[in-house]
Amino acid sequence: MAGMSESTSTQMGMHTEPLTGRDIKTKFTLENEGGFAYHFARDVDFNRRAEIDCAELEPTEINRQIRDLMDSGHGSIVIRNPGAKHSLVVGILNRMNIIVEGSLGYFGCGLLDGPTVRISGRVGWSFGENMMAGVCVVEENAGSTFGAALRGGDLVCKGSVGSRTGIDQKGGTILIGGDTGAFSGFMMQRGRIVVCGNAGKNLGDSMYDGTIYVGGDIRDLGVDAVQAELTDLDRAWLTRKLNMYELLPTQGVGHFTKIVAGKQLWSYDNLEPTEKKLVL
Amino acid sequence: MCGISGLIYRDGARKIGGEMTAMLQALRHRGPDSTGFAMYGAPGPNEYVMRYKVAEKEDLDGGTRIHRAIKERKAAVGAVLEELGVNVLELDEPTEYALRSRIAFDGDLKRLADQVEEVEGGEILSIGNALELIKDLGDATAVSEVYGLGTFEGTHGIGHTRMATESDVDIRSAHPYWAYPYNDIAVVHNGQITNYWLMRRQLEREGQRFVSHCDSELLAVYTAVNLEKGMTLEESLRRSIDEIDGVFTYLITTGNELGMAKDTMAAKPMVLYEANDMVALASEEVAIRAILPHEIETSDPYDEEVRVWQA
Repeated sequence: MAGMSESTSTQMGMHTEPLTGRDIKTKFTLENEGGFAYHFARDVDFNRRAEIDCAELEPTEINRQIRDLMDSGHGSIVIRNPGAKHSLVVGILNRMNIIVEGSLGYFGCGLLDGPTVRISGRVGWSFGENMMAGVCVVEENAGSTFGAALRGGDLVCKGSVGSRTGIDQKGGTILIGGDTGAFSGFMMQRGRIVVCGNAGKNLGDSMYDGTIYVGGDIRDLGVDAVQAELTDLDRAWLTRKLNMYELLPTQGVGHFTKIVAGKQLWSYDNLEPTEKKLVL
Repeated sequence: MCGISGLIYRDGARKIGGEMTAMLQALRHRGPDSTGFAMYGAPGPNEYVMRYKVAEKEDLDGGTRIHRAIKERKAAVGAVLEELGVNVLELDEPTEYALRSRIAFDGDLKRLADQVEEVEGGEILSIGNALELIKDLGDATAVSEVYGLGTFEGTHGIGHTRMATESDVDIRSAHPYWAYPYNDIAVVHNGQITNYWLMRRQLEREGQRFVSHCDSELLAVYTAVNLEKGMTLEESLRRSIDEIDGVFTYLITTGNELGMAKDTMAAKPMVLYEANDMVALASEEVAIRAILPHEIETSDPYDEEVRVWQA
């Protein structure tokens, strides 16, 4: 088992030193009262659906109404007429469904931990910033700093995104159906970025760790970013992940280029928390 | 932080004054100190519109003497115009200190501008065949109401909401900037130009004059000089990305064009909506939604991207 683990992590371009150090994750056990949820999480029913018409509402009021609906047990909320307003659907630490019919402005869906969000339109700068867990899918384009400091979950944009995608990313997965701009993966520390289209200049500049996959052209690589071999495990993972969000290119993923950090810091490994189980 | 916006119609004039007001009001949170508009109406042959001021708004708080001084300054400008053979076809005074003159003039624009600016408190905001540049303290709605911009008809325009960071809250420091003394060229800019003094001194050595210490004005004069040398607007915008240091996104207008350039870092925001009949750009999509409330497809221009649209 140990040998297989070592082989697996090596194949994925990761190093094999023992995973040690502090662990700040909360440990859940089946005996915990309240199960696996946070003590402050609302008990929502996914089959209870409600709508908010945002046309005449300020962002603060819209976010308050989302919380009120969660308090009353609604687990599926539809946001209508968001009008590209800023800072909507933020700070939600629950498993639940949110459907945004329209576009969001800046800082949409920040600080999430758990929800599944689908946006039919476009999103502005800093979408999904600091997300811990959950899924956000944007059907159109997105602005710059998409998924900044992302820590977990899947952040998906089916169109193209602006610059500095995944800046300071600390975990999770960013999937882009189109192109991404300059400085994507800048100071990335963990997690994965997948770009089906082209990537702008300085890709992965100053990245500490993590992996970037690009299906199209890369204008140039940043400092410390290097090309690595695309393995069978990479291909399997890309195929499964892109398929999940209907982004799998017709020609498959064999043409993707894999980019990793050329100089890893001693205290970093690039295993996702879920992958640690494979090697421990 | 500041907010900028631009609007151009490809199929004739519209009531852009009201639309620009709505767009800039939606960006109020990016800068509530002052608001400015540079809009392009119907050009008249051998006619110019001159927008100028003879005092700052806050000067009015300085006692009763300023009112007499303003009257004297207006008379002095009138004397200058008469001396230069300027035929004043129309004179509006939307405020006590800011005026709009429609003039017939076939002389040297620089001489006209220089002589009006020699009058104490005198500052030309713009002279153009089609350009009218209006800026004052307050948000877009307040400025638009005072200057009656809601009914302004034209083909294109740019605007700016300012958060004062490095200079005073006054009209002189408000944007947009006219490319003194070039006909019909104006700029709005979001960012910071780090080789401002180097570039400015170079242009001053070539005989150019600056009316402010704002780095945005550099972009207007720089572009005007490039156009005078025979470059197209697109060529000038591309060159600016190599020659201008710093972080910037700027919009620049001529009598029939609207151009956009974004720096190499793409550090300043811009959202673009492009349709067959019009193009709208703004620092935030919420400004475009102020005039197009339905769902629209927008995108962020990338680093080093340059675009030019024709009216």
